[in-house]
Amino acid sequence: MQAVEVNNIRKTFKAGKSVVTALHDISFGVDRGELFGLIGPDGAGKTTLFRILTTLMLAGSGTASVDGFDVVKDFKQIRKRVGYMPGRFSLYQDLTVQENLSFFATLFNTSIKENYDLIKDIYIQIEKFKKRKAGALSGGMKQKLALCCALIHKPSVLFLDEPTTGVDAVSRREFWELLHNLQKQTITILVSTPYMDEAGLCDRVALVQEGRILGIDTPEAITKQFDQVLWSARAENMFKLLTDLKAQQEVNSCFPFGQEHHVTFNGSEENARLVETRLNQLGHKSVRFEKINPGIEDCFMELMEQHKKS
Amino acid sequence: MKALLFLLEKEFRQVFRNPAILRILFILPVIQLLLLPLAADYEVKNVKICVVDYDRSPASQRLVHKITSTAYFKLVDFTDSYAKALQYVEYDKADLILQIPAAFEKNLVRENTSTLFIAINAVNGVKANLGGAYLRSVIQDFNQELQTELIQLPRQNLHPVISIASSNWYNPLMSYRLFMVPGIQVLLITIVGAFLSAINIVNEKETGTLEQINVTPIRKYQFVLGKLIPFWVLGLVVLTIGLFISWLIYDIVPVGSLVTIYVFSALYLIAVLGLGLLVSTFASTQQQSMLISLFLMMIFILLGGLFTSIESMPPWAQAFTRFNPISYFIDVMRMVVLKGSTLYDIRDHLFKILLFGLALNSLAIWNYRKRS
Repeated sequence: MQAVEVNNIRKTFKAGKSVVTALHDISFGVDRGELFGLIGPDGAGKTTLFRILTTLMLAGSGTASVDGFDVVKDFKQIRKRVGYMPGRFSLYQDLTVQENLSFFATLFNTSIKENYDLIKDIYIQIEKFKKRKAGALSGGMKQKLALCCALIHKPSVLFLDEPTTGVDAVSRREFWELLHNLQKQTITILVSTPYMDEAGLCDRVALVQEGRILGIDTPEAITKQFDQVLWSARAENMFKLLTDLKAQQEVNSCFPFGQEHHVTFNGSEENARLVETRLNQLGHKSVRFEKINPGIEDCFMELMEQHKKS
Repeated sequence: MKALLFLLEKEFRQVFRNPAILRILFILPVIQLLLLPLAADYEVKNVKICVVDYDRSPASQRLVHKITSTAYFKLVDFTDSYAKALQYVEYDKADLILQIPAAFEKNLVRENTSTLFIAINAVNGVKANLGGAYLRSVIQDFNQELQTELIQLPRQNLHPVISIASSNWYNPLMSYRLFMVPGIQVLLITIVGAFLSAINIVNEKETGTLEQINVTPIRKYQFVLGKLIPFWVLGLVVLTIGLFISWLIYDIVPVGSLVTIYVFSALYLIAVLGLGLLVSTFASTQQQSMLISLFLMMIFILLGGLFTSIESMPPWAQAFTRFNPISYFIDVMRMVVLKGSTLYDIRDHLFKILLFGLALNSLAIWNYRKRS
């Protein structure tokens, strides 16, 4: 039995007169003790899926189970066993750090002492602010407090909805380290994020787009799926480079990627040289093509393209 | 049960930590009870009167003197031109014009009859009505005096005169404060019970904490009770403050028993808490719940018999007041505070408020289930 099983879950919302489908019959499973990532842009349906799994929302059709319990029939059992950290900070801003924590502990009929070892690593970082009101904490501290509150009853499955959105790079890295430590305590963790670079930190990821799962595998396997040669392109005028590249017949795909553009070509590698000389003719200065290894984001872009075509 | 206790503890902690709520709870009743009874007074004073005297006789002077010697009238001008007097009315400097015709005294003495003319500025209906009535009663008095003076003989009155002596029961001095203060207390309790509770519940929705609570094993009824009980207690606290202030400032001591007031208030609070819960199921932001509350409050106050008597409302409005819980409580407060009614005397009201409590709470719970 898997920690989370999702079978053909569909969810639709009424938006005025039209009907929006947030989840298109999606199915997947998460193994016990796994750190599973749902990667996708805003509006992909990640939060909706989490809300269904945490029994806050009913699915239109399909079944799902968490820790072996059905999300509809056994919702009471599930509520005892899961920890949920919503995307928005949802603790009592007017209660102190300690009050929030002990309040949620008592709601689960436990105490801070009982499960202190589980939250110790996180709690010591915010302990010096324990008399401070939660509303007065910094973003990263709020995140840690929310994680503590979600963990205080030693859940078997932890749902983290975009825990690192709006958190600085250092806190993000720290947060992921915390998650890896938790994983050692045999807690199954489902985490959603819009940041592709965090995908590599998960055991397995599902790429979600517009309510559909485009691919689901380990990060390494997903990057291996990328069957084309990927190039990075640079020139002085990056914007003109993008439009010119897209105009070339030989170019299969081209996306801006921070400082550079990631390009794939049709046919053989010869075409890369061909395009390079043509770009020089078009007046581009210091054009540089380099072969690179594809990352998750490249795979995601490709899967999206394939999805659009089919 | 233990969980409910923790919810209550958390709730009280939040209430006492929120300076705005505390201010609303403790300062609002003081200010309202200090200011409103003084301002909300139906007695019309300082009616501005302009006298046009074409007669200029001792009789006309006596009449004018009689009018201005009462506290109700303020003489704006004493003139001999109606056109000028009307100008005062047009510029809103006068509310009433009393015109005394030429030969007023002569006609009175010779023909035993004379006429006066009153013009009333009726833009402000209440003032016009009462001002006119006061003036008429002053003139009536004047008339009576003249009759006794001028018609010396025969000793026996020609016309039978009925003199009226009245005594005001329960409120001998007809003090409006005695009548307004208990009513305003009802408003305060309603604000706490129905609207603060609604805003508080919606606040949890808005900040997302309700969702966080929903993924815990806490049952819905525990959460709802955890919300309603604190406001039930706070409502009774506000009632106590209100009773204390009305004793301290207005020297109002309920004639009836305090137990009666508290028993009814306890039931009434259950009813209005149901209303608050109902409002909270409709609103998803505090702003929405504020606006719904404001709308309801206006209707409740104006159709509750606080400022205007229910008996003088049109039949449709009277029918509506039967569905207004505030009107029952205002009635009960006045009955107990002024008349000393007992629980037995207000049994009808008790029964109705119990029905309100059942209806509003079931409606709220039904709607709460439907929406979540």
